[in-house]
Amino acid sequence: MTTQVVDTAAPGPRARGRRPRAGARHWYAWAMCAPVVIVTLVLVGYPLARGVYLSLTDATEATMGRTIGMNTIPSTYEFVGLSNYAGIVTSAEFLTRLGWTVTWTVVCVALHYGLGLGLAMLLNRPLRLRSLYRVLLVLPWAVPAFVSAFIWRYLLNGEFGVVNAMLRAAGLGGIDWLDDPLWAKVSVIAVNVWLGVPFMMLALLGGLQAIPRELYEAAEVDGATPWRRFRHITLPGLRPVAGTVVLLGTIWTFNQFPVIYLVTRGGPGGSSEILVTYAYRQAFEGIRDYSGSAAWGVLILALLVVMAVVYRRALRTRGEAW
Amino acid sequence: MSAVGRRGARRLGASLALHATLVVASVVAVFPVAWLVLTSLKPRDAWQSSRVELFRDPTLANYAQVLGDTAFPRWLVNSLFVAALTTVLGVLLAATTGYAVSRFRFPGFRSIMWMLLVTQMFPVATLIVPIYNLLAALGLINQFPGLVIAYLTTTVPFCAWMMKGYFDTVPVEIDEAGRVDGLTPFGTFWRLILPLSKPGLAVAAFYSFITAWAEVAYATAFMTGDDKYTLAVGLGQFVGQHKAEWGLLTASSVLIAVPAAVVFLLVQRHLVTGLTAGATKA
Repeated sequence: MTTQVVDTAAPGPRARGRRPRAGARHWYAWAMCAPVVIVTLVLVGYPLARGVYLSLTDATEATMGRTIGMNTIPSTYEFVGLSNYAGIVTSAEFLTRLGWTVTWTVVCVALHYGLGLGLAMLLNRPLRLRSLYRVLLVLPWAVPAFVSAFIWRYLLNGEFGVVNAMLRAAGLGGIDWLDDPLWAKVSVIAVNVWLGVPFMMLALLGGLQAIPRELYEAAEVDGATPWRRFRHITLPGLRPVAGTVVLLGTIWTFNQFPVIYLVTRGGPGGSSEILVTYAYRQAFEGIRDYSGSAAWGVLILALLVVMAVVYRRALRTRGEAW
Repeated sequence: MSAVGRRGARRLGASLALHATLVVASVVAVFPVAWLVLTSLKPRDAWQSSRVELFRDPTLANYAQVLGDTAFPRWLVNSLFVAALTTVLGVLLAATTGYAVSRFRFPGFRSIMWMLLVTQMFPVATLIVPIYNLLAALGLINQFPGLVIAYLTTTVPFCAWMMKGYFDTVPVEIDEAGRVDGLTPFGTFWRLILPLSKPGLAVAAFYSFITAWAEVAYATAFMTGDDKYTLAVGLGQFVGQHKAEWGLLTASSVLIAVPAAVVFLLVQRHLVTGLTAGATKA
């Protein structure tokens, strides 16, 4: 994931004469990009535009046109302007969901990064059995997320789950992991952290290995303490990788669907529901509220875009390449 | 003498602490998966018990039941088909774009890069309703092509992005040599760069495969008949609101997770470089 502009194709003054004219080269570039641009416009652009339009209407399952057998029922929904958005933004539900989604994202990404960095630093030392540890620690990432979600639902099951069995064996009472609002939140965070640390660990390990050893040796000669070496060599050296993985991790976590949907089903009583699963449930459970769900979807996307722009600007003002 | 001894002792202590930490972390990482495997081998009265037991009357009954009496084989075939089709289409469509944005600077370059980035942020909730309505209008609900179309919205930009990262690592001199030999830019790409980029293509293909393989939301919303379920949806049927067949669930999970994990562990090193390519070479 990079947007560094390394202008590899810029013709030097000497080479210019031999190259095809700029127009011809651009023609090729555009032709080569055409498949993706067309697919994206048709499959993403059109639904997006339609989603924005739907969010300005009162479309539900009842008012949406459909075809039943030979009969076509026309749509009867109407344009209602921004009232869906107004309704959402002023609802208590929005602030609760947003608050929990932000908490969920920040806690998860912080733990991903912290634990991932810690493990990466341990694995970056000369160490016996290093490759064995590496493989074992990557395992959670290797299991498809929906399988992991089901595993955890079983482990955390109040009655038969091994977590509670161990707590009881230790003389502590069992905990209603998935049926208590607070513990359900703790549970989904724990599951997501378990899932996400391996990726961070591998990415940061790659970053650590790219930091030249000489820097550490020189610092050691100068008598820098381990903490100072960490602060002044490791952290700055990791920044290009860290910037990318933190942004990716934030987007992934913010949009994390399977963990919440499959582990707690958003419950109990919607307490662990994040924005994405909430919008989904509105569209596909009960009376399908297409317009309301579309409005939530647009709001979520807007939040993410704003976040990415702010993040990117922050990196830029600090002089990062990205 | 004593200084050396003390240093040796400290190194031993540090080394013990290091290994202890890694062992604990490894146990946390491996335990849930190991427990899954153990549970899948237990008969009903053992997984429906609140006592902790590693083994009790190990049996393959759960596996026999999953493979023989449930729709699991059907779901497996469905998932393989959808994921394979998504992968092939995604990689084919995205390869040329990845190359173009890696090599050329042209008007519109920045917008395309932004488009690729922003589409990756699209939460499932933003597109799912309009895509659902669109597919419904086209009669593609509960049809595999409908699901593949939905997956292409994610995998095409993603593959293009990953392949750009890989093409960036192929030396430009090769392109120049191709052009000196009179190849068109497309010819250079097709004859020289693509054969050199097989590892990059493989990683992009693998990534889009597992994206489609493990997707839950679109599959749950679009596939309404249980003969069309993918694994991610089908497995949920084993653990409904009222009764949970943990034996079936764990056995099918093992059947899915083990081959996936083996392939994954083989390619993971490349996956990470694919995602963060370029960032390390700032």
